[in-house]
Amino acid sequence: MASLVIAEIVDGILKPTTLNAVTAALQLGDAVDVLVAGHEIQTAAAAAARIAGIRTVLVLDAAPLAHDLVENLTPPLVALARRYSHVLAPATTQGKNLLPRIAALLDVAQISEIVAIQGPDVFVRPIYAGNVLATIQSTDAIKIITVRTTAFEATAAEGGSAAIEAVTAGDDAGLSRFVGQNLAKSERPELTGARVVISGGRGLQSGENFKLLETLADKLGGAVGASRAAVDAGYVPNDYQVGQTGKIVAPELYIAVGISGAIQHLAGMKDSKVIVAINKDEDAPIFQVADYGLVADLFKAVPELTDELDRGR
Amino acid sequence: MKVLVAVKRVIDYNVKVRVKADGSAVETANVKFSMNPFDEIAIEEAVRLKEAGIATEVIAVSLGITAAQETLRTALAMGADRAIHVVTDLELQPLAVAKALKVIAAREQPGLIILGKQAIDDDANQTGQMLAALLNWAQGTFASKVVIADGTATVTREVDGGSETLALTLPAVITTDLRLNEPRYASLPNIMKAKKKPITAMTPEDLGVDLAPRLRTIKVTEPDKRQAGVKVPDVAALVDLLTNQARVI
Ligand SMILES: Cc1cc2nc3c(=O)[nH]c(=O)nc-3n(C[C@H](O)[C@H](O)[C@H](O)COP(=O)(O)OP(=O)(O)OC[C@H]3O[C@@H](n4cnc5c(N)ncnc54)[C@H](O)[C@@H]3O)c2cc1C
Ligand SMILES: Nc1ncnc2c1ncn2[C@@H]1O[C@H](COP(=O)(O)O)[C@@H](O)[C@H]1O
Repeated sequence: MASLVIAEIVDGILKPTTLNAVTAALQLGDAVDVLVAGHEIQTAAAAAARIAGIRTVLVLDAAPLAHDLVENLTPPLVALARRYSHVLAPATTQGKNLLPRIAALLDVAQISEIVAIQGPDVFVRPIYAGNVLATIQSTDAIKIITVRTTAFEATAAEGGSAAIEAVTAGDDAGLSRFVGQNLAKSERPELTGARVVISGGRGLQSGENFKLLETLADKLGGAVGASRAAVDAGYVPNDYQVGQTGKIVAPELYIAVGISGAIQHLAGMKDSKVIVAINKDEDAPIFQVADYGLVADLFKAVPELTDELDRGR
Repeated sequence: MKVLVAVKRVIDYNVKVRVKADGSAVETANVKFSMNPFDEIAIEEAVRLKEAGIATEVIAVSLGITAAQETLRTALAMGADRAIHVVTDLELQPLAVAKALKVIAAREQPGLIILGKQAIDDDANQTGQMLAALLNWAQGTFASKVVIADGTATVTREVDGGSETLALTLPAVITTDLRLNEPRYASLPNIMKAKKKPITAMTPEDLGVDLAPRLRTIKVTEPDKRQAGVKVPDVAALVDLLTNQARVI
């Protein structure tokens, strides 16, 4: 049997998270096809065909599939999924929204956010905010899986030349309609793929003060993230949130500034390679996971850090 | 319009969860349990819809062991009108819960079903989507704003890139994100009143659904602990270590 990876596409662009899901699919050993679904997605289909190691790119292109309306995407995907042993997607808000819907109609379980594959039906996934790892075995004929992207390297985006095949899409189910979106525009790298992430917490005290972190991030070519407390206080938008119920990141360097280190926050960043914490409270739990801890007032330390980096280069 | 809300009893989010010595499961003895935080938000949203005159009745539903009654009492104290408890000792997985909720929805005919986006024990994030699929209803997951008018739910959803807004034909399923609302605390008089509100108990057999788990847990382990590193005296020392020891800048 073969595996199908459902590509992540936003505004017609193939997202790099797809490449991590492809890696997981390739580990299963059989042929891997990639599905590109949406409307006006030729560019994404062409990009998918260049991914190394895949067999075929299936294209499901129709107006009712614009904006990933799952009510319209599910029927054709349920039909397609029956041809595969495994269907995988990155564990992004898109994948999480869609895959359970497909699984339910196939009458199979869905396996969320796997971090390792130990066999065709044995997977490891975090539970309890990553404080526990469960090894589970599926008894279902088709495995519907979301993949934690930080746990699998990206497959090479170039080098392949898969055949592109169109598949038939269904009609508009008439259940849902796209009204609008408010997507963050940023010159900085995306949080989930950045090599460096600088996150701020309640200690920042205002949205205005996040500029300190942005300046530092730009110096390091990094992205800016936040704790839930900072998002709830309205300092930054929701898509900045790192943690159990936000984004999972694992950069080379994570700098937590004015963040106490609640388990729900650690769940989203504790697999980072190097962790730095800047906090004025020497007992803050974040220091228990930090490789380098600086007990200091952030309003003094962060500008100093930026200056020091300026001097170094 | 009736509103159905699914609430799950989970280990309290402040508890440091531990694995049993034999690696078979998580330790639950002498551990504090409470309502899944996202489900408190779901109840709050439903009660606000009732207060706004949009919902006529709020029904809380939970599946699980006898103790799940406590979670339903909390929901009643927050303002739900009545509750349904599907009593079972089985390990419950999202597909099974969705199947049971589907049967209850067929009996109760709600105009809206609200669930949490994720249970903080299994971190599955599936049940609402599965229920919507089984009912062939629209879904608005990870909701941060809900407006109900003219047979439509206009739902703003938190997505990785920011937010988006969808118009869903009712009846529909909504799952809550953290910023949808701030749940109220139940007042003492309301806790007293909740004791008199009805909880209907039923069995999986009464519903005629097969709740058997599809995923078997082979083992649970605690991930490798990260070692605390060093405290650095000042910014200059930090930059030096990041450059020459960690080599990440
Ligand atoms: C169901 C659920 C899900 C959750 N999901 C998430 C999630 O995904 N992500 C997440 O982050 N949280 C999440 N939380 C919230 C989490 O429990 C914490 O409340 C939150 O992470 C705290 O954020 P914080 O560290 O910024 O704030 P605080 O805990 O208030 O910490 C602020 C820190 O800043 C320090 N500080 C203050 N001023 C300065 C200064 N001038 N200089 C240096 N340091 C300073 C303080 O010493 C303190 O340690 C969740 C909670 C629940 C219940
Ligand atoms: N046993 C249960 N009883 C009632 N509701 C549940 C149960 N399990 C899950 N749910 C609902 O489904 C949501 C998502 O759970 P999950 O898909 O397990 O992450 C929860 O927030 C609840 O609203």
